[in-house]
Amino acid sequence: MGVVIIGGGQAGFQTAASLRLEGFEERITLIGDEPHVPYQRPPLSKGFLLGKQEQRHAELRPAAFYETQRITLVTARVAAIDRTSRRVKLDSGEHIEYDTLVLATGARNRMLPYEGVCYLRTLGEATEIRQRLAAAQDVVVIGGGFIGLEVAAAARTLSKQVTVIEGQPRLMARVVAPVVSEYFRGQHENKGVDVLLNATLYGIREREVLLRERTSRPADLVIAGIGVEPNVELARDAGLPVGNGITVDEYLRTPDERIFAIGDCAECPNPFAQMCVRLESVQNAVDQATSAAKAIVGRGAPYAAVPWFWTDQYDIHLQMAGLPVGFDQIVTRGEPESRKFSVFYFRIGKLCAVDSINRPADHLAARKLIGAHTALSPDQASDESFDLKTAS
Amino acid sequence: MPKITYISHTGTTRTIDVPVGDTVMEGAVQNGVDGIVAECGGNCQCATCHVYVEEKFLPLLDPIGEDQDAMLDTTASPRKSNSRLSCQIHVKAELDGLVVHTPPTQQ
Repeated sequence: MGVVIIGGGQAGFQTAASLRLEGFEERITLIGDEPHVPYQRPPLSKGFLLGKQEQRHAELRPAAFYETQRITLVTARVAAIDRTSRRVKLDSGEHIEYDTLVLATGARNRMLPYEGVCYLRTLGEATEIRQRLAAAQDVVVIGGGFIGLEVAAAARTLSKQVTVIEGQPRLMARVVAPVVSEYFRGQHENKGVDVLLNATLYGIREREVLLRERTSRPADLVIAGIGVEPNVELARDAGLPVGNGITVDEYLRTPDERIFAIGDCAECPNPFAQMCVRLESVQNAVDQATSAAKAIVGRGAPYAAVPWFWTDQYDIHLQMAGLPVGFDQIVTRGEPESRKFSVFYFRIGKLCAVDSINRPADHLAARKLIGAHTALSPDQASDESFDLKTAS
Repeated sequence: MPKITYISHTGTTRTIDVPVGDTVMEGAVQNGVDGIVAECGGNCQCATCHVYVEEKFLPLLDPIGEDQDAMLDTTASPRKSNSRLSCQIHVKAELDGLVVHTPPTQQ
């Protein structure tokens, strides 16, 4: 019995580790479908591709940790959840019983309808890309979001010819303001990356990517980073509600009080978005796991952690705090030309998000300001003589 | 391999051989040293790998970067002049014998 966690990523790992920290004594079973101990994904598109980090650096804890903490790691795919008998059925036909079930099933990459395209989510995929990068000359990256741009930066750092193909009129359009998109486009172009915006993919042939504008780019390696789909099927098949993710309340609980859902796969009421959101980030995985573990041992509180994210491209460190949902005003602090600036997003006069480029102190102040709902005016935000740290 | 000694706030001492190039945080996490959480995995994003470095080793460390400086202001245990994030200390031959103290709490 005890707790069964489906998903061996950051959220699943953290749930198990936090349960023990909270003094939970019963059985913990962590089911993952990859043949590795749980590892962190962020380095895979950064230092790992550059050969600066290896698998052991990405592993969250060594194998011995799970023994000493009495966490049973099971490598398997889950076929179904039977809520009546409170059992998880594995592909092998084996059953595992639970008192409490945590769904940390994560997400999977969206795919293109072409052969020979690489995707990056798992250690196995990153290892393949790293090997193929070594032999490649012309790399085409499809998708100008975080993953695509991190891969492009790594490939360019390794002196490859790199093209980024983005369908939107700007990079990272879903998450950052135009001034930030424009800054990153400039930085990638300065490094020699061919950034194609408003571009439509027409096809992929052997060693060539075709664009609808009757142009093409040579490619001996094509990598797509075009977003993910949450893994909601197990929950849906078990009759649990699913929207843009497995739907949970502010305690991360599904309507079945014995089943929680956390991390990339879950949508949860978010006080900073004032709506239900599904977030894909380390912060969200870790904080929701910690929160669910507390709820399981009876010390739950509504989930209200400030969302934050980061991406590293070359020597540019972009940190984001809050959620720029429905913003109607933007001010900048510092000049983009100085390579250090922050963008403050306001919604009806209230600070809702801050993007910081190589300004870590702004980012940390922002996390506090947003978390405490501290009043900050756009004038104060843009005034560099105004001390954000004191205000926070 | 350089030897790094980790001393907890209760006095528990572990000495670990850490490969050159790895960080003091990685040496702890990969060997199950308690007192270093490293929630963000070594990205200088969370301040849960905070350590107090024994004074005599401070001159051998790289200067505190802007990221680390900002992060150190957010540690759960008080920041002192010898506070560092162990994910930002890369082990090198000269650091053989380094002693770090882990704080009472990281979160």
